[in-house]
Amino acid sequence: MANMSTHTQGLPPGDASRRDFLLYATTAVGVAGTAMALWPFINSMNPSADTLAMSTTEVDLSSVAEGQAITVTWRGKPVFIRHRTAAEIEEAKAVNIGDLRDPEADDKRVKKPQWLIVVGVCTHLGCIPLGQKAGDPRGEFGGWFCPCHGSQYDTSGRIRKGPAPLNLPVPAYTFLTDTTVRIG
Amino acid sequence: MSGSQFNNKVIQWFDDRLPIFSMLQHSAVEYPTPRNLNYWWNFGSLAGLMLVIMILSGIFLAMAYTPNEALAFNSVERIMRDVNYGWLLRYMHMNGASFFFVCVYIHIFRGLYYGSYKAPREVLWWLGLVIYLTMMGTAFMGYCLPWGQLSFWGTTVITNLFSAIPVVGDAITTWLWGGFSVANPTLNRFFALHYLLPFVIFALVFLHVVALHTTKSNNPLGIDVKGPQDTIPFHPYYTIKDLFGIGVLLMVYLGVVFFLPNFFVEPTNYIPANPMVTPPHIVPEWYFLPFYAILRSVPDKLGGVIAMFGAIVIFFFLPWIDRSKVRSAKFRPIYKQLFWIFALVCVVLGYIGSQPPEGSMVPLGRVFSVAYFAFFPLLWLISKVEKPKPLPQSIAAPVLKGASVGHAAQPMEKA
Repeated sequence: MANMSTHTQGLPPGDASRRDFLLYATTAVGVAGTAMALWPFINSMNPSADTLAMSTTEVDLSSVAEGQAITVTWRGKPVFIRHRTAAEIEEAKAVNIGDLRDPEADDKRVKKPQWLIVVGVCTHLGCIPLGQKAGDPRGEFGGWFCPCHGSQYDTSGRIRKGPAPLNLPVPAYTFLTDTTVRIG
Repeated sequence: MSGSQFNNKVIQWFDDRLPIFSMLQHSAVEYPTPRNLNYWWNFGSLAGLMLVIMILSGIFLAMAYTPNEALAFNSVERIMRDVNYGWLLRYMHMNGASFFFVCVYIHIFRGLYYGSYKAPREVLWWLGLVIYLTMMGTAFMGYCLPWGQLSFWGTTVITNLFSAIPVVGDAITTWLWGGFSVANPTLNRFFALHYLLPFVIFALVFLHVVALHTTKSNNPLGIDVKGPQDTIPFHPYYTIKDLFGIGVLLMVYLGVVFFLPNFFVEPTNYIPANPMVTPPHIVPEWYFLPFYAILRSVPDKLGGVIAMFGAIVIFFFLPWIDRSKVRSAKFRPIYKQLFWIFALVCVVLGYIGSQPPEGSMVPLGRVFSVAYFAFFPLLWLISKVEKPKPLPQSIAAPVLKGASVGHAAQPMEKA
């Protein structure tokens, strides 16, 4: 484009702007066309239809006693389902929301207070926090403890200490019956 | 020098049509090289040798490896037990990565010490940094392929770094994974890219050499070549010196391959990947440890990621941060000390990165991360106030001292 002036020299007035228009229009079509041609390549790396099809999980909760927790797989990630005791529910509700790093009330994070369902992936860098098994460390707040970089979660799965920025996310789920839940 | 003439008629005929032999003659035989290069100048060609070893062993490994989450771990074990010399190929490839990084780190620090990043070699320096970044990406994706516990969780932690990007972070990580966690699509694409990137590195190395042969090599004195008395032809003087270096490198490298093949490996990676259980202590490979320490030292997720990438990106600006016209640290008394302090800080950060982030490691990590970044403003400052020692008149001057030029072909100075 630097030599634009040379090949428009000596042309009748009006011709130069017509050539400019043609050049810019051609360039614009070329750029847009290339971008559109790139998209299928980029999008082929996004989750495929079969990956998306496996995005719900049904769980039978009848065998999980109070105080116990189970881990199920949903979208290749662990989901923590904890049957909370009355004391744990009380602890989660008693927290002053204003003190939390990611303020959320406990009753906004559960559909039935005794069942806490959260994605068991630390919001820092994706490790799986400990606290599901009886002997695991649960941190200072009785929830989960991430062994990678020391994040600690409370009995509502909220971040209380350590480098993680957010609470353990609550997946979309519905109770199909009193003891069956569908995640996703 | 130009338009090489060859005695062999066939070679001459071919060269007139495609000047490959002229190119070789110019860049690997006649290339006028400063006569005073010391052994630190061996590590560029040694890194090049490691690249060739990695590509060769990698191609043959790929013939027996299966990039599938159900088969990958066992296919690596089959390479180790059943494939003829599979154990040798894998141990060469695995340890080759470490030795490649050893060579490149020494090469980078040599450039820092002797001021090889300064004008007119800025683009040469940039190309080196791009090669280094591409190497890091390649090594990271290669580490995923055996699909052991650290492969899986290392990949999980590092890909999650991108989730720190505001707004689009989650969409980017999902795109990188091809799903909602590290899984088969991730392994599959990492294999494809791990196979591709070494050839990109090869092309970048080619450009690196073109840039080098355009600006010509720096040297331990850091002064410009003044004339033919300052240089010697690359062949046979530096081909033989490089060959000697290759002999030493191969002794150490193959010594590790044969006698300590798992020296650099965490035992946890011989446990197959389990997406439901995070190992108690995740450590990256040693060559990432200083940056891992910086990442963990910042108590904020996005801040940590920015600091980690910034620790490398800042090197692109080095030619302008350092205002001193003198290249070699030999003549820069304050910079020389700063350089060694910086090298020590990098080693200590590496150690901190290898330890669990508990107790004194957390404050120590912060102090040394600050020290790492302090290098750059301090370098800017001292490059303005430092009084360099007097530079020699030319490369040849201290050697010749009026002696006849006929005896000048003694390139054995080891500086």
